Amino acid sequence: MNDSETGLDIRWPIGLLFLAMGVAVGIYGIFSANRTDLWGLQINLNLWWGIIMTAFGLGMIWGGARAGRRPS
Amino acid sequence: MHLQWIDYAIIGLYCVFVLGVGFTLKKSMRTSMDFFLSGRRIPAWITGLAFISANLGALEVMGMAANGAKYGMLTTHFYWLGAIPAMIFVGLCMMPFYYGSRARSVPEYLRLRFDEKTRAFNAMTFAIMTILASGINLYAMALVFKLMLGWSIHATILLSAVVVLIYTFLGGLTSSIYNEVLQFFLIVFGILPLAVVSVTYAGGWRGLAARMPPGFTHMWSNLGHASANPMGVDWFQMIAGLGFVLSFGYWCTDFLVIQRALAARDMAAAQKTPLIAAIPKMFIPFLVIVPGMAAWVLLPKAAFLVQGQVSYNMALPLLLAHYYPPGMLGVGITALLASFMSGMAGNVTAFNTVWTYDIYQSYIRPAASDAHYLAMGRIATVSGVLLSIFAAYVTLSFNNIMDYLQLIFSFVNAPLFATFLLGMFWKRTTANGAFYGLASGTGAAALHYFATLHGWFFYRSEMAANFDRAIYAWGVCFVVTIVVSLFTRPRPEAELGGLVYSLTKRQSYGHLSVLRRPATLAIAVGVIVIALNWIFR
Repeated sequence: MNDSETGLDIRWPIGLLFLAMGVAVGIYGIFSANRTDLWGLQINLNLWWGIIMTAFGLGMIWGGARAGRRPS
Repeated sequence: MHLQWIDYAIIGLYCVFVLGVGFTLKKSMRTSMDFFLSGRRIPAWITGLAFISANLGALEVMGMAANGAKYGMLTTHFYWLGAIPAMIFVGLCMMPFYYGSRARSVPEYLRLRFDEKTRAFNAMTFAIMTILASGINLYAMALVFKLMLGWSIHATILLSAVVVLIYTFLGGLTSSIYNEVLQFFLIVFGILPLAVVSVTYAGGWRGLAARMPPGFTHMWSNLGHASANPMGVDWFQMIAGLGFVLSFGYWCTDFLVIQRALAARDMAAAQKTPLIAAIPKMFIPFLVIVPGMAAWVLLPKAAFLVQGQVSYNMALPLLLAHYYPPGMLGVGITALLASFMSGMAGNVTAFNTVWTYDIYQSYIRPAASDAHYLAMGRIATVSGVLLSIFAAYVTLSFNNIMDYLQLIFSFVNAPLFATFLLGMFWKRTTANGAFYGLASGTGAAALHYFATLHGWFFYRSEMAANFDRAIYAWGVCFVVTIVVSLFTRPRPEAELGGLVYSLTKRQSYGHLSVLRRPATLAIAVGVIVIALNWIFR
């Protein structure tokens, strides 16, 4: 479904939401002392999952932008 | 447990985005077809993810985690036996009739194939069922947030109902579908780390298997006799009751999911919708059932006591509270909220379509303008949300919410699948045969329920009773439909083109590459699900 039909490519809101959530959780992780013990490592769950959500969000935005440039 | 500012910020972000989707789509809702069926122009990957997300409501996420704690890997039968085969069947064999007939709803297909009375029967039962399911969903959510965060039940019901109301009211089915896709990713990202963390803490898969009761990590090895497994069902009840009747009854006839496929842009996309949905569906057990099992291992048994009774419905929220730090907790809570809202919005959009097209347009105001039906769709959306709130308050407390849903399905969907099976694949099936078969099947389910309630039938679990009830209901409907059809006059074959298998031209996908054809996708899904059954046998 392209922009001309609904005015919205769903990849944009998904991408922006995950980007916002990922950045918020990641930054919070940097400044918080919470660590989760996984496989003997003290994992900063907020930071790492924040990075993964940010990457997913950027991937969605990239997909939406690419589709927007393609002729319908 | 108390949330931090970061958790509230994430929940707030989520609400802003789902409402934003609704507001953005408002201007593209020009006709009733836009509002109820998204103008039939959505690509397969979106309808596919919406198909699975509409089913991934609170009852699914919380209920399946609860069943994971209660029954272990036996619960995966709800997916690898009780969903995927039916999703393949509906995609390959039934979608050509639903989509090809241009029916706007499942009850409307029944009118085209049979007559008005069968459509009316199905429309009424579906409307009641979908409001009940929506109400249970809402009630479950409010209860979880009350127990977990101390939020007021009334405030939670009102807040989430208002959010769902706004975005479905503004953007109709498109808004619901788009938000379901967004919610699908939120559910995955919100719960996946929990699955990894909880299973790691339980000692990995081997540690989990060693600490659970014997047989809890297998799905087939304890089905020889009902007494040999915690679900209290045997292999026949599992295969015939869940794997055939309930599963095919739900995935092949329930308008809540079929509506997503009807919104697809063409026949290939409609056929691929349930097949694309089947891919994430196969792996959802690792997201909800396995953490449910880990909860049983990791959490003190006292944590599962609710008012003196053991209830596993809080398994997933308890894990969230236990293992997520602030920040991730907000992501996890948002995932739960998303699952509740996607389930409710799916029910509300299915309800408003069936009400407007199959009840209001058919029996109350047949020849009004399209703008009138669009307005009625919006009124039905408000009414659907209000009725859901009402249903939430009258929802009774069952030990396991999934059992309650199975009870509803066994009344409504189980006999309906016999009607569709015969209607689509036996041209001799008559309108009277379908109607009396459906009525008898639903009656048989009711009779069986009351007989079980009064102790005339004995079952080891509610689940076993539900499976058997579905078999009886389906069997009665199947037999009565055939018998009545044989004694009544069938419709002329000329009127059944596009509605019955033997009288419909096969869809050709010669123009698509082999990898893009629905059958190829179906084979791939089939092979993976057989492998999963084998690995966890």
